[in-house]
Amino acid sequence: MIFRRLLGAIPNIIGVVVVTFLLTRALPGDPAAFYAGQAATKEAVEEIRKSLGLDKTMLQQFGYYVRDLAQGELGNSLSTGQPVIRELATRLPASLELTLSGLLFAAVVALPLGIAAATRPGSWIDHACRISTTAGVSLPTFFTGLLLAYIFYFRLGWAPSPIGRLDPVFSSPAQVTGFYLVDSLLARDGELFVAALKQLMLPAITMGLFVMAPLARMTRAAMLGVLSSEFIRTARASGLSYFTVLYTYAFRNALLPVITTMGMVFSFLLGSNVLVEKVFAWPGIGSYAIEALVSSDYAPVQGFVLAMALLYVVLNLCIDILYGLLDPRIGVDG
Amino acid sequence: MKRRIFLKSMAGLAGSGLLPLEAFAQADRRKEILIVANETGPNSLDIHTVGANRPSYGVSWLCYDRLMTFGSKKLPNGLVTYDFAKLEPELAESWQIAKDGMSVVFKLRKGAKFHDGTPVTAKDVKWSLDRAVTVGGFPTFQMKAGSLEKPEQFEAIDDHTFKVSFLRKDKLAMMDLAVPVPCIFNSELVKKHVTEKDPWGLEWTKNNTAGGGAYKLESYKPGQEVIYVRNDDWKSGALPKMRRVIQREVPSAGNRRALLEKGDIDMTYEMPPKDFAEMSQEKGNVRVVSAPIENALWYLGMNVNKPPFDNPKVRQAVAYAIPYDKIMDNAMYQRATKMWGAKSNKAGGTAWPQATGYATDIAKAKALMKEAGAEAGFETTLSFDLGGATVSEPACILIQESLAQIGIKCQINKIPGANWRAALLKKDMPLILNRFGGWLNYPEYFFFWCYHGQDAVFNTMSYKNPEMDKLIEAARFEADKKKYEASVKGFIDLAFAEVPRIPLAQPNMDVAMQKNIQGYRYWFHLQPDYRNLSKT
Amino acid sequence: MNQTLKHVRYVMSENLITFGAFLLFLGFVLLAFIGPSVAPYDPLASDTAIAMQAPSLAHWFGTDQLGRDILSRIIFATRLDFGIAVAAVAVSFVLGSVFGCIAGYFGGWIDRLVGRVADTIMAFPLFVLAMGIVAALGNTVSNIIIATAIINLPFYIRVSRTEINVRRHAGFVEAARLSGNSDARILALHLFPNILPPMMVQISLNMGWAILNAAGLSFIGLGVRPPTPEWGIMVAEGATYIISGEWWVALFPGAVLMLAVFCFNLLGDGLRDIIDPRRRT
Repeated sequence: MIFRRLLGAIPNIIGVVVVTFLLTRALPGDPAAFYAGQAATKEAVEEIRKSLGLDKTMLQQFGYYVRDLAQGELGNSLSTGQPVIRELATRLPASLELTLSGLLFAAVVALPLGIAAATRPGSWIDHACRISTTAGVSLPTFFTGLLLAYIFYFRLGWAPSPIGRLDPVFSSPAQVTGFYLVDSLLARDGELFVAALKQLMLPAITMGLFVMAPLARMTRAAMLGVLSSEFIRTARASGLSYFTVLYTYAFRNALLPVITTMGMVFSFLLGSNVLVEKVFAWPGIGSYAIEALVSSDYAPVQGFVLAMALLYVVLNLCIDILYGLLDPRIGVDG
Repeated sequence: MKRRIFLKSMAGLAGSGLLPLEAFAQADRRKEILIVANETGPNSLDIHTVGANRPSYGVSWLCYDRLMTFGSKKLPNGLVTYDFAKLEPELAESWQIAKDGMSVVFKLRKGAKFHDGTPVTAKDVKWSLDRAVTVGGFPTFQMKAGSLEKPEQFEAIDDHTFKVSFLRKDKLAMMDLAVPVPCIFNSELVKKHVTEKDPWGLEWTKNNTAGGGAYKLESYKPGQEVIYVRNDDWKSGALPKMRRVIQREVPSAGNRRALLEKGDIDMTYEMPPKDFAEMSQEKGNVRVVSAPIENALWYLGMNVNKPPFDNPKVRQAVAYAIPYDKIMDNAMYQRATKMWGAKSNKAGGTAWPQATGYATDIAKAKALMKEAGAEAGFETTLSFDLGGATVSEPACILIQESLAQIGIKCQINKIPGANWRAALLKKDMPLILNRFGGWLNYPEYFFFWCYHGQDAVFNTMSYKNPEMDKLIEAARFEADKKKYEASVKGFIDLAFAEVPRIPLAQPNMDVAMQKNIQGYRYWFHLQPDYRNLSKT
Repeated sequence: MNQTLKHVRYVMSENLITFGAFLLFLGFVLLAFIGPSVAPYDPLASDTAIAMQAPSLAHWFGTDQLGRDILSRIIFATRLDFGIAVAAVAVSFVLGSVFGCIAGYFGGWIDRLVGRVADTIMAFPLFVLAMGIVAALGNTVSNIIIATAIINLPFYIRVSRTEINVRRHAGFVEAARLSGNSDARILALHLFPNILPPMMVQISLNMGWAILNAAGLSFIGLGVRPPTPEWGIMVAEGATYIISGEWWVALFPGAVLMLAVFCFNLLGDGLRDIIDPRRRT
């Protein structure tokens, strides 16, 4: 089943590769002009264009791209000159760490809120849950981030400086996973762990605030749907304890749409955390992609999208497996 | 200070085992550490590589030596700036210009070493200068500006003697040897990494330094930070006081200001002019140092190939319709020198930039439009670079509003990075707001790039006038002072009358730093020179 | 019809918050229509002499960096932002649910194909995709709408596909089929209304996201062209002035933006309550 799923994902990846290729070529910028620098003459730009292989036809360029891809070669970034693979390997963990922390924060707050709201529909808890989570999602992330930084760092001095993953006084831990939290623990450096955790707080909260609403709402809606069904009434009538009914029966059945939402939210966060990364100087993959996009730097954009697509395939696979485990009603097609 | 309190509280919270005394020791060592935040960091460690951005010039400046450097002078307002008239020794201890003025011999410092311990010799200098004139792109361009064009001009006479022959008498030649481009590489080290496709080792030097400058590179994370550490064996000048410099990328300008005002960073630049204006008024711990950028101008360019901008009367009308004061106040917040409103539209001396005689006069503008037969007005597009949006956007909105009064309807077009370069090259934008500055502070240098019929990329207006070319060429190579002045005044007069580009203002280079930082010096390359800084 | 109205009034009275959100929504719609005629100043008229003034009697929301009245700009922006939100969501809702329903009902190769398209779009980091589309096509309002519609499409496809899939063998569907209803009728009249509640939740989220998306694009520099007033771009620009203390430039557009998104979200919740028959007691 897993194998079939993976096979099924291949056309997706191909689709993504093709679309990205076309999209980057559709960008109006001219990487040759950008690369050639300010003082370049038209001839110099043409030379650069030839050396970058951009003077060939689309089909030929695509052919080269696919051939390189098959050898695991993602090309070099024009603006930094680094191999895209290396940059992805260093920047992806930064974004993943941030996104996962944000998601964890959101889940820890939103799921219980959603359950509480579902068990007491129409009460003040329900309304409070609705209002507070909705407020979090109603502001653009960059604004929330800047506001939080302004209030908690600039005015109150509670939060650490929004200067990146680590305060400049510290040096990063030896790279094992790329997650500073994990690596610092592996290196048994408690001080570094705390420093990394501190820097993670504000950006993670900013991201989490933004996704609490869909999680809470989906939890609530799904729980409501399940709680009013026949088998729950039977379970209650049979005298099962409140919590057994709630968690073992109701919540498990409500999990499906919640998990879908978590999956969608996670990939949405990964792609949109560029705004948060810009505000908090986080050296993640989002800001990397944005810079590449604005400078019409094809290789990083293509590499970035490919990496995201692969990540998403893995994510979807996990979700579908979970689905199959949790709900026998879903026929896993294909 | 806050850091100490915070660290102490963390110690209490997290348990004593996690916070050793090292934290406090690090806080004390802050005096020798400089923390700088900027908007973008270097995208290459080598100024010779293709597409090296401006922050990479800073890396070249610190990690590599040049034959000479410039001295300093103090302006009446207290600002210390480099002195382009005073060349001083760096790698070269002394030099002797030949009697006929067609060559110069440098005596290199004995005992100068590269970072890996290899002694610096004249053949390294030759290899480096050959590289600069051969790699193409901006470096070769810049070398050419000082008539340094062929490897044959450079000769290593012996280990510590180096000769440069000149192709012609060019007063910019000596100065051109002190700019960031002709930096001295450890040729043996780089040669280990050359390939057939890459005979100068550019791939390797993009990510590795091979220099002998005042600072060594401790670490380089592209897009994140650069860390410099002092080269304690540096012989080419006074040893820097700052032992370690951490330069980190923080894209959000608001946050950079917050960091500076809270004392978490020591220095930043490239902020919106409004912030600089405000910080210079505040009585806190932040000081703003301001210097007009030499040979630089914000301007509104009109493409003379796109009617009706081919009509000089239309261009003059536009020059009278620009809301100069509003732009100065609300786009530049006075962080510039005004370049309009002079008593006459004729050149007043040879200083450049200098003010035109234009000023906001809608009635005059309307009259000129009528004379040009364009009374009915027309539609056009006003474009600017997204990268300079902080100043350009409000300026363009104000210009759009003002031009509407004389019948010109502009649609504003905000163009991001790569597209901007390409668009400038294509020269198809009718009306643009742009900024240009030249390293070598001579008006003919500016005009050579911006007004000469050779149609360089910086001649964004595609202006071609043989009379202008004659005056520029005359000024470039004229030895006689009176004739030189006449040529310069001549081309300035022509530029102001024809006005294919309307000068708006000469921008400032503003840097904000903690009050306890001393020794800042303005440099034409607009990158911070940490070698002179110290903390009291 | 009478029954529906009675039910609506019942829900409204039961749920004050939804009622409040509905009134707010009406208020915004009203503002979008008549706003430009009641705005006190020209949103594009700059007056640099009074730039950066705090809220006062003359300018209730203060003035921005070019001396333009912020209240007027916010009012004019209502039409634009609402237009963007409604257009983008309408397009993706209609297209997405049609394809998703067909895919979920018939299964087989249609399901696979539609699933592929949705998965391909979703495999992209959505905001970057929106950025890419706007960067490639140019930053005009219609391109922002197109970009937003495309990135929201997969949600509707997925949700409708899943929900239809789960219900397609349910009892009432069999019954309808046996009664001689065509597939189209079953889909449209029997199945679709049942899956509307989770879709409503999605619509409410997406309307708000459309506006936030435009704001995010403005922050990067790919939003609407200056000097057009749009909530997102006003917040993005105003955000740089927070540190220097000119809070009103960002706060008022931000508050209105938040209120609008807030109201969309709450409204979605309320709509679900009306439509979901299980809530009727």
